[in-house]
Amino acid sequence: MMQIRCIHCGPRDENEFHCGGTSHMTRPGLAESDEAWGEYLFFRDNPKGLHFERWRHTFGCGQWFNVARDTVTHEIRAVYAITAPPP
Amino acid sequence: MQNSYSAWSLLKGALTGQRHWTAAWRDATPKASYEVIIVGGGGHGLATAYYLAKNHGITSVAVIERGWIGGGNTGRNTTIVRSNYLYPESARLYDFSLKLYEGLSRELNFNIMLSQRALVLVAHSRHDLDAMARWANAMRMNGIEAELLSRSEVGELAPALDLSPQARLPILGGFTQRRGGTARHDAVAWGYARAASALGVDIIQNCEVVEFIKEGGSVVGVNTNRGSIRAGRVGIAAAGHSSVLAKLAGFRLPVTSYALQAMVSEPIKPVLDTVILSPGTGAYVSQSDKGEIVMGAMLDLFPSYAQRGSFAVKQAIVGATLELFPSFSRLQLMRQWAGIVDVVHDSSPIIGPTPIANLFINCGWGTGGFKAIPVGGWTLAHVLATGNSHSLAEPFQLQRFITGRLIDEAAASGIAH
Repeated sequence: MMQIRCIHCGPRDENEFHCGGTSHMTRPGLAESDEAWGEYLFFRDNPKGLHFERWRHTFGCGQWFNVARDTVTHEIRAVYAITAPPP
Repeated sequence: MQNSYSAWSLLKGALTGQRHWTAAWRDATPKASYEVIIVGGGGHGLATAYYLAKNHGITSVAVIERGWIGGGNTGRNTTIVRSNYLYPESARLYDFSLKLYEGLSRELNFNIMLSQRALVLVAHSRHDLDAMARWANAMRMNGIEAELLSRSEVGELAPALDLSPQARLPILGGFTQRRGGTARHDAVAWGYARAASALGVDIIQNCEVVEFIKEGGSVVGVNTNRGSIRAGRVGIAAAGHSSVLAKLAGFRLPVTSYALQAMVSEPIKPVLDTVILSPGTGAYVSQSDKGEIVMGAMLDLFPSYAQRGSFAVKQAIVGATLELFPSFSRLQLMRQWAGIVDVVHDSSPIIGPTPIANLFINCGWGTGGFKAIPVGGWTLAHVLATGNSHSLAEPFQLQRFITGRLIDEAAASGIAH
């Protein structure tokens, strides 16, 4: 079981959290093409290795934050605020 | 020339101490070039090679596999086959697959131990009952047999279930697809490998793609840890590692890789002769021919390439199984594993061309790739051989994520994720 350090509540077990997927994506403008919207909605890098992703402490403070995590080892490299740039 | 497997050959072999056995398939070394290279030696890749040779007469084919054949998700599933999908496109695709499975032992001269022991879905609420009536009716509209079951009928099919009214997950009824069941997973991989090898296909293990060779924007081969191999066309059938290969080739997929875990108990005497699926909890339970109780359920819902799975989800799977079958509570777990599955937003596969010329892909089966091995191979072979998508695969193109014409089985058929 992973232990994730919520930026508000400190380290807690993984089953208190929900992963919200890839972070730092920019929503395209309304005038942009179907391709741009398709890319934004569905296409992902899905890296084998370091991944920047959003997590929510659902069964805790309910707040969203960012996690830099390795998708192979599950090692958490950094935890940072939802609006902060990737470290 | 291969031995044909039969009772007669076994009897004949008995006279000579069974020393007539030869390797089931050739462990090949890579040649300089092939007409078609398939990246990924799991069920889908091997089936693709077999159908390229069998249906299209293309025998200059190499299946290249990073590890050993059938060592990825083909060896890491719960061996369930079924075709209880909601939408016509999916129903056609998966039922074609089940029909191929029904004839596969004979076709491949390899006993895949298909056991059509019935898939039984159980309803725990009025909502579940309504949803299942709709689901079973949709299947029948698509020409696939399905039967609604009352609570006592579920009990007749699976008496080990907790059918008492005070059960935490009360069973109010359900439905069954009697043609659903299980098949032996490594027999499927080895059966296809043996049959493909006999038709001249090279199966190359321990061969990892490190680069796609491109000329003028088209893929013309691959560089591997065992040297360069040229090819007219290349197909990818790499499940959870599809995005890694797509990145090497220079495009992206609408895929996220998750760990899907399963486990088996110690073997016990026969107690369960159907496959039980509880969509409400995501749990599916069956008993293997060896007697182990095979359990699986929901994904570990965060991106992962680690073939294990977390303890939190393991607890949830075991918990759900025990609510259904309280009598299993004293069993010990014997093995647990996870496969890395390629989940797309509509839980439907992608079979067809990629944005790179001469490069084709079969991916996106997510949590349900095993049952689709025959049709995945059949349709990828078709597009590799002809350049055109098979009619069954036409709705399942990458382009649907741009046009928005999704086939949203994730929500529709109540599958567990």
